[in-house]
Amino acid sequence: MAECHPVGFQWVMEAKARGAVLINVDPRFNRTSALADVHVPLRAGTDIAFLGGIINYVLANDRYFREYVVAYTNAPVILREDFRDTEDLDGVFSGFDPQKRTYDTATWQYQGEGSPPTTGSGGPGIKGITTGEVERDETLQHERCVFQVLKRHFARYTPEMVEQTCGVPPEKFLRVCDLIAANSGRERTTAFCYAVGWTQHTVGVQYIRTASILQTLLGNIGRPGGGILALRGHASIQGSTDIPTLFNILPGYIPMPNATQHPDLDAFIKAESAEKGFWANMRPYLVSLLKAYYGDAATADNDFCFDYLPRLTGSHSTYETVLAQMAGTCRGYFLMGENPTVGSANARMQRLGMAQLDWLVVRDFSLIESATWWQDGPEIESGENRSEDIATEVFFLPAAAHTEKDGSFTNTQRLLQWHHAAVEPKDDARSELWFLYHLGRRIREKLARSTDPMDRPVLDLTWDYPTKGHWNEAEPDAEAVLAEINGWRTEADGRHTPLSSFGELTDDGSTTCGCWIYCGCRAGGVNQAARRTPGAQQSWVAPEWGWAWPANRRMLYNRASADPDGVPWSERKAYVWWDPDHHKWTGHDVADFIADRAPDHQPPPGSTGIDAIGGQDPFIMQSDGKAWLFAPSGLADGPLPTHYEPQESPFPNLLHRQQRSPGRELMPSAGGNNLYHPNPSAVFPYVATTYRLTEHHTAGGMSRWLPYLSELQPEMFCEVSPALAAERRLAHRGWATIVTARNAIEARVLVTERMPTLTVNGRVLHQIGLPYHWGPNGYSTGDAANELAHLSLDPNVHIQEVKALTCDIRPGRRPRGPSRLRLVEDYRRRAGITDDTGREL
Amino acid sequence: MTTDPATAAGYQDPPPRMGFFTDTSVCIGCKACEVACKEWNGVPEDGLVFTGMSYDNTQGLSADSWRHVAFIEQRRPAGEMRWLMASDVCKHCTHAACLDVCPTGSLFRTEFGTVVVQEDICNGCGYCIPACPFGVIDQRKGDGRAWKCTLCYDRLAVGMEPACAKACPTDSIQFGALDELRARAAQRVAAMHDAGVPEARLYGHDPDDGVGGAGAFFLLLDEPEVYGLPPDPVVTTRDLKAIWGKVGLGAVTLVAAGIASFLRPRH
Repeated sequence: MAECHPVGFQWVMEAKARGAVLINVDPRFNRTSALADVHVPLRAGTDIAFLGGIINYVLANDRYFREYVVAYTNAPVILREDFRDTEDLDGVFSGFDPQKRTYDTATWQYQGEGSPPTTGSGGPGIKGITTGEVERDETLQHERCVFQVLKRHFARYTPEMVEQTCGVPPEKFLRVCDLIAANSGRERTTAFCYAVGWTQHTVGVQYIRTASILQTLLGNIGRPGGGILALRGHASIQGSTDIPTLFNILPGYIPMPNATQHPDLDAFIKAESAEKGFWANMRPYLVSLLKAYYGDAATADNDFCFDYLPRLTGSHSTYETVLAQMAGTCRGYFLMGENPTVGSANARMQRLGMAQLDWLVVRDFSLIESATWWQDGPEIESGENRSEDIATEVFFLPAAAHTEKDGSFTNTQRLLQWHHAAVEPKDDARSELWFLYHLGRRIREKLARSTDPMDRPVLDLTWDYPTKGHWNEAEPDAEAVLAEINGWRTEADGRHTPLSSFGELTDDGSTTCGCWIYCGCRAGGVNQAARRTPGAQQSWVAPEWGWAWPANRRMLYNRASADPDGVPWSERKAYVWWDPDHHKWTGHDVADFIADRAPDHQPPPGSTGIDAIGGQDPFIMQSDGKAWLFAPSGLADGPLPTHYEPQESPFPNLLHRQQRSPGRELMPSAGGNNLYHPNPSAVFPYVATTYRLTEHHTAGGMSRWLPYLSELQPEMFCEVSPALAAERRLAHRGWATIVTARNAIEARVLVTERMPTLTVNGRVLHQIGLPYHWGPNGYSTGDAANELAHLSLDPNVHIQEVKALTCDIRPGRRPRGPSRLRLVEDYRRRAGITDDTGREL
Repeated sequence: MTTDPATAAGYQDPPPRMGFFTDTSVCIGCKACEVACKEWNGVPEDGLVFTGMSYDNTQGLSADSWRHVAFIEQRRPAGEMRWLMASDVCKHCTHAACLDVCPTGSLFRTEFGTVVVQEDICNGCGYCIPACPFGVIDQRKGDGRAWKCTLCYDRLAVGMEPACAKACPTDSIQFGALDELRARAAQRVAAMHDAGVPEARLYGHDPDDGVGGAGAFFLLLDEPEVYGLPPDPVVTTRDLKAIWGKVGLGAVTLVAAGIASFLRPRH
C-alpha cells in the first residue's frame, strides 16, 4: 500500500501511531514491509493456502466469533446430501463436467432448494428462500451444515502444509494467526487491504472469497475498523465498474442481457432478480436506466426499449477481444487512457491483434506505445513485421488531463468526489466527455434519415446534454450528466424533480436514473459529490465530504455492527444501533438496513422482496440476508476456495491430485503466441511476479514522459536475491535477460536481500521481481514485463494471471532483431513446448 | 544560550526561527518531497541514472536536488530485514560556513533564520561549495551559480509551509518554529525509547554541536554515517579566527626575528 497508495497510507501510519499492528504479506520486502511490524514473505500464487491455514487455525482453536457466525452467516444451513467437497473428490467439487470444464451447481444448493439464476456481477439469487424454509442447525453440529463442511474443507491446511506450500515458517505463520485472532471479536476488529496481488490469478476471486470467509468467521464484516478493502489501480476504477466500461454489466451491476437466455424484459427480470432482498427490485432499476438511455422512446409497450440493449453471446472480455482482432472479426478499437501493449498480459499479442484492425483510435497525453507500435514496436525492430504491410489506420487524439475537465472520481470506499477544471487544456486536447458526445452527435447526424430499424438504438438515445461554450468548443456540462445518473421523476407537467434515493425508483416509466446505486448523489439538485466540509467540523465518519453510494452510507452491512438485539457488540465498536424509543436504526452512519425494521422482526412466511428481510439479516444484498461462508451460487469455480497451483508452477499441488483450478480459463495458442510452460520445467525453474513502484503509474503514460518522475526510477530493472544472482551469475547494476515461452526481455539487475530465498516443499525457490511500467516510448524507456506473461484467466471475472509465472533468467542484454525470436524459439524447443502444453485439466 | 541567528544577523524583532524536523521513522520513501520541491522551485531534472543504490537514484543533495531520499537496506541481528528511508535537506545551520565565505553577499540570513542564495548576485566563485561540511550546496552545470534549498522562502513570506512539508503524506517532514520542533522531537524520541526502539536518536538538534545546531534536524534510527551524514559536522570557518591568530603570531614572530637580526651588534 505504501508503494501504490502513499497518500492513503498516511491513515495506516496514523493507526500505527495509535498502536495498530501492521502485518504485510508479500513475496518481496517493499516499502510497506519497511513500516510493518511483521513481514511475511511467501511464494507468489499461494495465498489461498496461507489464508486457508488461518481459517483452519481459527476453527480448530475456537477463535471465531460464534454469536456473529450463528446469527449472521449461513454457517448453520444444511446442504444437500449429494454435495461433494474437494476433500472427497481429490480436488474437484461435485457437478464437474471434465469435457466442458464447468460446474453444474445443483448439488451445491441448500437442502430442499431449486436451481439458482445466472448472474452478472450482482448479488446472486436463490429462488424461493424465505426464513423458515431453509433447514438450519443453530448448534453447528449437523454433519452437513456449512460450518462442519467448512471445517472439513480446511482441515488439512495445517501450519506444516502452509510451510511446505507457501514457504512460511510455522513460528511466523502462527504469530500472524494469533495477532489476527486476538485483535478480533467484540472489542477489536481487524482489516485486510489487498490489491491485484490477490486478484491477478486464475483463482483470483477465490482469494477474495478466502479472506471473506476468514473475516466473516472473525466477525469483522460490517464493523468499524474491519472489512476487506480493495486498493484500486487508479483514481476511478471503482467508478469504471459502477458506471461500467465492462462488457458484462450495466450501470449499478445489473447484468448485461444474454442473447439466448433473455428474449425480453420479463424473461430477464425473472432470471436475474432475486425473490428476497434489494435485488428483488431489479425491474425499477432497469426500467429507470432504460428511460435514461432512451427517454420518451422507451414506453411500457416496447419493453422500454429493452431490445435495444446489446446482448452477450459469451465472454467478450479484453483478451477475447484481442483474439477476435487476430481472427479478423473485431475491426476497430478505441483506446482511451489505456496502453495495452505495456499494461496488458502478453504484450506481443496486443500488438499482433491491433495489426489486424481496420482502424484504431488512441486518446492519450503522449504517443504511448499502443499508438506507435506499427512504426517502431518490437516486431518492427525485429523485422518480423513491416510498417508498410500493416493496414491499420491509426488515429491519435490528444486527451485533456483530470485538472482540465469537470468530472468525478469514485474510490474504493465508494466515495464520489467531484473535481472542477482548473486550467484550460492546450490546443486540441479534449475530455472524453467532449469526444464521445460529439462523436455520437456526428454519427446520429449521419444516420438521421435512415429508415433501417438497426439504427433506432442510436437514433432513439437521449443525447441532449447542454454544452458550455466558453472553451473547448462546446464542452458538455458534466453536471448535467451527473443529474441524469442521479435521476429524476418526470412530473405530470413535464418537470424533472431530482430523486434522493433508489427507493423512489418505479417500473412504470415515471422515473429516470442512470445508475440506481448512485441515486442521491445529486439529491435536491445539489452536487453532493462536491461537498468538502472539513473533518474538524463533522463527525469521525465525515458524511459531508463527498457522497458515498448507496445513500451516502459509508460502511456496508453495518447492521452487523450490532448484535441480534440491535445493541452494539461493544461500546468501543459502536457504529449503528436500534433505538427502541423511536423505533428506528440510528448511529454514526446511515444504517444499511430498513430504517424501521426491528431487530426481532420475523418476516411472515411467503414474503418476498424487501419484506422478506428479517431483523437479523444484515447482509441485505444476499438473497437469504446472511453472509455466505459457503457460496451456493454466483461463482464458476467452486462454493469454497481451494488451493490450486498457478497455471505455471515449479511445484506439485501438495493438497490434491488436481494440480490447477480445473475451471480456469485458458486462451488459445493463437498461432504459437500464447504458449504455456510445462509444470515443472527445468528450462523455466524460477517464479516471476510483477508489481508497481511508487514512482511510476501503471503502463507509464502518466509518468514515463515526466522528467521529475522518470529520474526517480529511470530504468526497467529486476529484483533478485544474492543467492539467485550467484546461481545465474547476475551482476548488480548489470543486465539480465528474462525469458518465457512468450517473449524475452532485458532489465537492469538490482541484487537485494529484500527478495527472499524461500524453502518450499523441501527445496530452495528463487523468485524474480519485475516492475511492469516500462515500454520503449517516452523519456524513461525499457522492456515491458507483460511481454513475458501468458493469457490464462480467472473464469469469473476474466482477469489475467500475471502475479505468478515461471521463467528463466540469464546475464546480459537480450538479442536484437530476429535473434530475439530465435532465442524464444530455442527455449520452447528445449522445454518441449507444443500448442497442447499446459492445457491439461 | 546562543543568540538566534536572525537577531545575530541584525534583524530587529524577527519572527521565530523556522525550520524542519524530519522524523525518518515514519518516512515511507515515496519521494513526494523530491518532486514537490522541484515543481515549486523549478529545479531541473538532473539525469536518468540507475544507481543500484537500493531505490535511491537521486544519490545526494546538489544544485539540482534539494531534497534527497536515502534508502538503506540492512539485515538485523535477529535476521529480519530493515529498510531505512530518510529525506535529507540543507541544514540551514546556525553557524553556516557557506554564508561565512560568500564574498558577494549573495548568501544571506533571512528573518526566519534560514540561509538563502540570491541567484541574481551569485557570481559563481564556488567558495561556498567546499565550505559546507554536509556537501549540500553545489554549482549548477551550464549555469555556474550556486544553488540549494531556500526553505521555500517565498512560501514562508506568505505564511505557507515549504512544498516538501506540504506534500509529505505521513508528516515525516514537519515544519514550524524550531523551538517547538525541538520540544516535539525530544518527546518523540522518549516515546520511541519507551516503545522499545532504543536506537532512535536526534541529529542536528543540539545547539552545542559543531554548527551551533541545525535549522533542519532529524530523528534517525541508526548512526549518521549509515545515512551518509557526517557524524560530527563542524562549521569549516570555526577555526578561522584561531588560524589567523596563529598566522598573526607567526607573522609577528617573523618580523620580530627580522628586526632582531638587524639589531645585533656589528662585529
